Amino acid sequence: MKIDKNTINKIARLSRIKLDDKESEDYIKDLNSILEWVEQLNEVNTENVEPLSNISSSILPKREDVSKDSNSSDEILENAPDKLEGFFAVPKVVE
Amino acid sequence: MSKPSLKQTLNDLDTKKISIRELNQDYLKKIKKKVNLNIFIHFSEENILKQIDNLEKDNSTKKLKGIPIAIKDLFCTKSMPTTAASKILENFNPTYESFVTQKLLDEGSIFVGKTNLDEFAMGSATNTSFFGNTINPLSKENEPLAPGGSSGGSAAAVAADLCLGATGTDTGGSIRQPASFCGVVGIKPTYGLCSRWGIAAFASSLDQAGIFSHNVEDASILLQSIAGFDQRDSTSAKVDIPNYFENLDDDLNGKTVGIPKEYSIDGTPMEISQIWEDAIKVLEKKGVKIKNISLPHTKYALPTYYIIAPAEASSNLARYDGVKYGFRSDEINSLDEMYENTRAQGFGREVKRRILIGTYVLSAGYYDAYYLKAQKVRKLIADDFNIAFKECDFIVTPTAPSAAFPLNEKQNDPIKMYLNDVFTVPASLAGLPGISIPFGKDKNNLPLGIQILGKHFDEQQVFNAAVSLERSYE
Repeated sequence: MKIDKNTINKIARLSRIKLDDKESEDYIKDLNSILEWVEQLNEVNTENVEPLSNISSSILPKREDVSKDSNSSDEILENAPDKLEGFFAVPKVVE
Repeated sequence: MSKPSLKQTLNDLDTKKISIRELNQDYLKKIKKKVNLNIFIHFSEENILKQIDNLEKDNSTKKLKGIPIAIKDLFCTKSMPTTAASKILENFNPTYESFVTQKLLDEGSIFVGKTNLDEFAMGSATNTSFFGNTINPLSKENEPLAPGGSSGGSAAAVAADLCLGATGTDTGGSIRQPASFCGVVGIKPTYGLCSRWGIAAFASSLDQAGIFSHNVEDASILLQSIAGFDQRDSTSAKVDIPNYFENLDDDLNGKTVGIPKEYSIDGTPMEISQIWEDAIKVLEKKGVKIKNISLPHTKYALPTYYIIAPAEASSNLARYDGVKYGFRSDEINSLDEMYENTRAQGFGREVKRRILIGTYVLSAGYYDAYYLKAQKVRKLIADDFNIAFKECDFIVTPTAPSAAFPLNEKQNDPIKMYLNDVFTVPASLAGLPGISIPFGKDKNNLPLGIQILGKHFDEQQVFNAAVSLERSYE
């Protein structure tokens, strides 16, 4: 078993997702069966194979390095759950 | 009654056989009659009437003027909320318009509503949506069927004739599989043909916008409208977009079709193998050379996909943190608690499962073993196609390993659910264009789909083969 209670807690913490005990158990089961299934990739010889990260055959285009003043802070803040004087507001982080 | 057709409707509008108002009021009525199917997450009569008013005042000629189109609720729209079928975006009102929907607006189309999908496009049955299941319009009473997914709402909207076309997105089969389940046409173009700008991201190296329609001609018209270069998407391709519709040619004489032997999978229902054979026979009669090809790494496509897609998703979905937009939990005694509770309460089970697996395969010590390995196998899968396409002009396969399955079928086993995409995922990994067209029925009279795959940016060949098969089937 690759994923145990400690591992799932670590991944959940890295993902910033709180899990209750029941969920943890379910995901331990799910993730182990998925990982076992994907392990068949080890049958494939990938020596000297370049990893494929971008399938697009076109070359990434360049653009002029110019600044644009869109002055869009109101737009950006429009959907914020909490905002204060032109900023996103979050719970206090410094005592 | 004649079959619905966008092309025919454009002619009817042109010759004043019908007005934009009459057409859209017809569609409004139809939509209201089908609310029980839960096809739309957002629908507003007032909004549609406003669009009609605006178009009536507009004297310019526009290619899709007055045509009712449904939009998958993964595309950001200024005029309607955008949820990605997730609680975490329940109240999100974009302040910008996606590239694809802007193109459709520029052409004068009318947006009838935002269609249901699997949460963040993660699913194959439109059953992971926060807003409930969509019911396949082909269901019999009391026997609801799944519409497929993730773009199940868009496929169903076309199948129920609630619009003359719909947008979808396809990451591993999310356009082609629901098109097959609902008996409509669905095309996923080459990766990079349509800008991803303004589409809620799932797996960026795979996500691609596309079209659902009543027939291949309509798909060729609509795809041309949404394709094109956009500098705001770094993988958007600078290619000329041909006039697919004008160039449609159902004469396939002298072409070669590739039939991959690896797509004969144990356990595939007889009916599916049968329609595949039927399609090959039709092509043979049309003078197409049949070439048996091999795509040796096919069986590794699904496990490759289920490493790469969750990995990219875990990174893309990091942005939903309760700070910038969307849902924020009430239980927020500290910043970390705000993140953890917001994401715990805002995401559904399948989305969390994929974020967790993605985080794991990208985490220190496992990156090489899983993610890098999957990227290397992906290269081999893409190379398989490159080699095969030296010997053939297009490839024909079934679209899905089954017809639409019952809505309430228990899908507790994630791997079993992932197998729905067995025929569609390889082309997604290789970035190739693929279309699904209705072709034949199963014993319950449910539609089955045939998939046609083409070379990169050879959508024209895909459309030509599709229109040819469609015309011989009708």
